[in-house]
Amino acid sequence: MFLAASCFVVAPVAAQTVAITGGTVALGDGSEPIEGGIVVIRDGRILAAGRGVAIPADAQRVDATGKWVTPGIIAGFSRIGLVEIDAVDATNDVQAGNSPFSAAIDVAPAVNPRAAAIQVNRAGGVTRAVVAPGTARSIFGGQGAVIDLGVDMSPITRARAFQFVELGEEGARGAGGSRASAHVLFRNALREARDLGRFSGIAGGRGGERTPRANDQRDLPLEDQPDNRLISAGATRPEDVLLTRFDAAALVPVLQGRQLLLVHVERASDILQVLALKAEFAKLRLVLVGVAEGWTVADKIAAAGIPVIASALTDLPNSFEQLAATQSNIGRMRAAGVKVAMGMIDDDDSRQVRLERQYAGNLVALTRVPRATGLSWGEALATITSAPAEAVGMGGELGSLRAGRRADVVIWDGDPLENSSAALMVMIDGVQQPLDNHQTKLRDRYRTPAEGQLPKAYER
Amino acid sequence: MSNRLRALIAVALAAAAVAACAAKTPPAPAAAAPKAPPERYSRDPYPSTYHPYPGTPTLVRNVTIYDGEGGRIDNGAILFADGKIVALGRSVDAPAGAAVIDGHGKWVTPGIIDVHSHLGDYPSPSVEAHQDGNEATGPVHPDVWAEHSVWPQDPGFSRALVNGGVTTLEILPGSANLFGGRSVTLKNVPARTVQAMKFPGAPYGLKMACGENPKRVYGGRNQMPGSRMANIAMDRATWARAAEYKRKWDKYEKSGGDMPTRDIGLDTLRGVLAGEILVQNHCYRADEMAIVIDMAKEFGYHVAAFHHAVEAYKIADLLRDNHVCAAMWADWWGFKMEAYDAVSENIALVHNAGACAIVHSDDPNGIQRLYQEAAKAVAAGRRIGIAIPDEVAWEWLSINPARAIGIAERTGSLKPGKMADVVLWNGNPFSVYTRPEKVWIDGALLYDALDPARHPVSDFELGQPGEGDVK
Repeated sequence: MFLAASCFVVAPVAAQTVAITGGTVALGDGSEPIEGGIVVIRDGRILAAGRGVAIPADAQRVDATGKWVTPGIIAGFSRIGLVEIDAVDATNDVQAGNSPFSAAIDVAPAVNPRAAAIQVNRAGGVTRAVVAPGTARSIFGGQGAVIDLGVDMSPITRARAFQFVELGEEGARGAGGSRASAHVLFRNALREARDLGRFSGIAGGRGGERTPRANDQRDLPLEDQPDNRLISAGATRPEDVLLTRFDAAALVPVLQGRQLLLVHVERASDILQVLALKAEFAKLRLVLVGVAEGWTVADKIAAAGIPVIASALTDLPNSFEQLAATQSNIGRMRAAGVKVAMGMIDDDDSRQVRLERQYAGNLVALTRVPRATGLSWGEALATITSAPAEAVGMGGELGSLRAGRRADVVIWDGDPLENSSAALMVMIDGVQQPLDNHQTKLRDRYRTPAEGQLPKAYER
Repeated sequence: MSNRLRALIAVALAAAAVAACAAKTPPAPAAAAPKAPPERYSRDPYPSTYHPYPGTPTLVRNVTIYDGEGGRIDNGAILFADGKIVALGRSVDAPAGAAVIDGHGKWVTPGIIDVHSHLGDYPSPSVEAHQDGNEATGPVHPDVWAEHSVWPQDPGFSRALVNGGVTTLEILPGSANLFGGRSVTLKNVPARTVQAMKFPGAPYGLKMACGENPKRVYGGRNQMPGSRMANIAMDRATWARAAEYKRKWDKYEKSGGDMPTRDIGLDTLRGVLAGEILVQNHCYRADEMAIVIDMAKEFGYHVAAFHHAVEAYKIADLLRDNHVCAAMWADWWGFKMEAYDAVSENIALVHNAGACAIVHSDDPNGIQRLYQEAAKAVAAGRRIGIAIPDEVAWEWLSINPARAIGIAERTGSLKPGKMADVVLWNGNPFSVYTRPEKVWIDGALLYDALDPARHPVSDFELGQPGEGDVK
């Protein structure tokens, strides 16, 4: 509560060295927590973390004895920052039902770092999110971003990190009524992108001022973020086109494997159709999203080496593409060797990404249910930290307390996967974040419901 | 009294009346035509056919017990037999033939009761053909009954049982309408018909809604209500009609004469005004709840509970003073304007003010984790210095919801003589790592995590991928 902000005054700016000592440290890389671990942060990045780590002499020490320390939670699939109130259309930028554009749409300009959902989820220990546009009149939703949930006004970690496409029931709807149509539209879209790529150069510049960094091999290079909607003026196109020029241009880097393609499918047969796309378009860098029936074809997903961002607790046949849904889906896919992260697919994706740690705890609970398949504690934490970072090609930057990662660190008052625990201190890029928000202020005002000497409006 | 018993008595009385008439001389013709004797219409035309399934007398010992009314027994024992709680305490003797379960490291609680579910009337799969919860063709529909929409094969019932430990649930119509229709209270038992799930003798509820939904649905069609003031205006006009209907029928049922015209919707409202049907009122905002409380006083009824009471914490004193429960989520917020002022401490603040707090779901997924929602709420309270013991917080899941839907004399706590609706948890039920291990309804073991044969599979799931999976 109030104590949370006051007892840990850590790092108001990034350019400091901080050592968090005495806590139970979980690295987020799938390993089990370390009691009495140390996390050292320097200049906004993790210098070292683990047991017996040397503490630099200049480090400001933070005592986390009796507390837990983890990387910040990363929402693996969300719409956070795009919405203030879902049912108030003017505040909802998830999808554009009347836009002439689809693949070209880029969510980055719509992300509002002051959205209440950013504040509330930051207070819940969420530090980064994968933010995807929703589809409307096409199978393509457009380009999603990786964002931070910091209080500053620069929320974008990576713009245009991926393209989002629907190829299940929702895709069929966007394609005029059938999956078959969705697949033809998909192939045609890539054909148009190929033609455009052949006839023109991609203009657009570098995506920001960042210095190139050494990343994990799987990571996409950070500096490679052209605004792929921009096409040189002289580009020519064949006559038989369905896509706007911008939309076709946006798909060029997808076709070339320079931008990830997140594909939402749930049904086993749809999953296999997506895996088959690799044979046709060799350079596609696919990530599967949703994947409720993934466990039934887990060996094939694993063999394809395609990462998955899955819902954690979907266990109802909410649609005919989720008949085999079970909470054991993630555990079974993981056991089959699939790289699985957790996302909030069709599940309060705009406001409640903070629930992911509860969901992760539930996956641990499954290890105690006969016939179910769950995750170890460390694996469960990884599904909401390092795994989503790796799924979107940023595992070298985000998602764990391994050296070199951005210092997104949360101190919790207990086991972070437990429902009773809360974040006491949240750090993003090494900067301590405020945790108060609309909700905490309402709570404080109404701690006693009755008015005092003056109306409630004077209490704050 | 069970419905079957009540029906038997009604039949017996009718037979006695016939016999009495036959024995008497017909009365001499009066000057005026005699008043016809009153006829009561059936209050229970779709009676429960539920019967408890067979159970074994069962003793769970060495177990932590929350009795659902705030009581706790550490390392205790509980015995149930013939569908009823028999005894609980530090030590209870097992009768001959009883199944004895060692509950070391485990917990026993009353089954969870969800006062707000749409299982069956918005079932899975959530296809258009299954959208049976809102009669959104007019804002005043007290004539519709949720039980006439409930699909017993909704796979959601089994998930609520096996993952959620839910043994009783109230299925409500949706909130498109000011008067949404009658709710029905069900035992969470798989059945061929909804009647076979109906909680015997449970009173009906009336679903009402204030706020955004009715005015959006009808205002959007340029119909009334298009505003919050019209919501209340139509409510009041309807209650005024109901009062008149009640006067006519009360008089008729007392004195006979010409039977007034039946109106199925007004039957429901008459039942509310007579205190036989409990009002379950969807209402988010504090100011609107206060208006509804006064409207109830104006027309002489009582609101049993406000559902989705996101702003209950702002008027917890008012709820306490007017004996209205607040059914709440732990942390849902922001999906619409009237849900913007949610706080995670809502449930604890309402409880702390002395009002009746309930954790509800309104969701086929949330109903599987109500115990986790309560855990979040109790922890949020503790962080602001409201120390509520876990066993007291369990009231939010058991006795308080039982009171709100009028079944607290029968279930909702582990008191001897009550229905043996019992969950054995494989650990502390406020831990995220805990799941139900066994669930008994009226003493019948209907879920056992250790026995795949005690795991219900709905008709819909047979032959589908994942049939009989652990889910």
